[in-house]
Amino acid sequence: MNAVWKVGVVASTRTETPTGRSIQIDVPGWGGNLAGQHVDVRLTAPDGYQAVRSYSIATASPGDRLELAVDRLPDGEVSPYLVDDLLPGDELELRGPLGGWFVWRPEQTGPVQLIGGGSGIVPLMAMIRAHAASGSTARFRLLYSVRTAEDAFFVPELEQLASAHFSIDWVYTRVAPEGWPVPAGRVGPRVLESSTIPASEMPAVFVCGPTGFVEAVADALVALGHAPASVKTERFGGK
Amino acid sequence: MGIISRGFSGRSREHNPDLPPGQFLTTDFPVLSAGPTPRIDTAEWSFTITDESGLMHRWSWDELMALPVEDIATDIHCVTRWSKFGTSWRGVSLDTLFAGIDTKYAYTMVYSYGGYTTNVPLADLLGGKAWVAFEFDGAPLDPEHGGPARLLVPHLYFWKSAKWVRGIEMRKSDDPGFWEQNGYNIYGDPWKEQRYS
Repeated sequence: MNAVWKVGVVASTRTETPTGRSIQIDVPGWGGNLAGQHVDVRLTAPDGYQAVRSYSIATASPGDRLELAVDRLPDGEVSPYLVDDLLPGDELELRGPLGGWFVWRPEQTGPVQLIGGGSGIVPLMAMIRAHAASGSTARFRLLYSVRTAEDAFFVPELEQLASAHFSIDWVYTRVAPEGWPVPAGRVGPRVLESSTIPASEMPAVFVCGPTGFVEAVADALVALGHAPASVKTERFGGK
Repeated sequence: MGIISRGFSGRSREHNPDLPPGQFLTTDFPVLSAGPTPRIDTAEWSFTITDESGLMHRWSWDELMALPVEDIATDIHCVTRWSKFGTSWRGVSLDTLFAGIDTKYAYTMVYSYGGYTTNVPLADLLGGKAWVAFEFDGAPLDPEHGGPARLLVPHLYFWKSAKWVRGIEMRKSDDPGFWEQNGYNIYGDPWKEQRYS
């Protein structure tokens, strides 16, 4: 069933960062997805040429509306089209939902540490939204690493969702905002130790971002005592 | 043909007969794995093949290195749609490792350090089609790419080429491994675009 291509219609788009935007799509027959799953997107040129890429889904709603959030890769083939050219009313072909590993289900009651780099926030956003929508009281903590404040996706909604059960720690790797208490720098062992749920609480950890970020974070988490099996990773490397 | 994407022209129209359907070429070597990268010391590394009687054949790192080593030049195809042409590896053929194994079973489960598994029919491991590889591009295989040694089964999607490989168990039936239980195809032929279950 998931192997079937479905036609979605772009309902709206929203600029998220200087290089990225979110796209809200109505896909009749979609029927929802788990938080953290991804979808294949297929574009077709007038001469029949097709290009397909996988994107994480930022939503985990039960219905036929889903949201993607895409960062423009400088030499990408599909992402510049999605970020710059796609308009409301345009049709897209989608196949999915795909993947059953990097997912969070509302039945999970244990603490969850999310660690995202840049547009790696997308599948984590689906988990944060699913957590809020289900009224889950599981402890959620997000460490979100961005180059500068303007490179963060979903900022107003993230701030709005912060609650007794969901907290956010920001890390700025290039430029920190005015008055930020710590200088800009990468996510290393010290930041992870001070700004994430400790290994002793045995959180489920989801890490998503560029390969170098994910490698460094996952290595440091294991060094801090997290069981490797409790750390799930998702990386983007291909263009 | 799908619906036309208004304003989309795409990049390349050159049909490359070496590129399986739905793939694009990259010169990078992207990393994809489900969790942290295990670090395995070759002094503690071993590789085993277990047959249906439970008999385990075991090779230490030094014993593996003492076997005939082959140079492998091959294209590789990842299910996430990148393909990389002309990669060069060194490793020991599975034909060599299976030479002394007596089995009537037709399927295998491949095990990795870190807990990863993947299922591969025995016929796809034999006949010069698969290796335990420990060098990439003339250098020891990086841990993030599966070092110290990974399975190399380049005629299937690359998730079948299990990183950090530690052993193979003979199986009577084609039971799904890790990704195969998580939505991916049981066999994974890139030329038939067998991506998902």
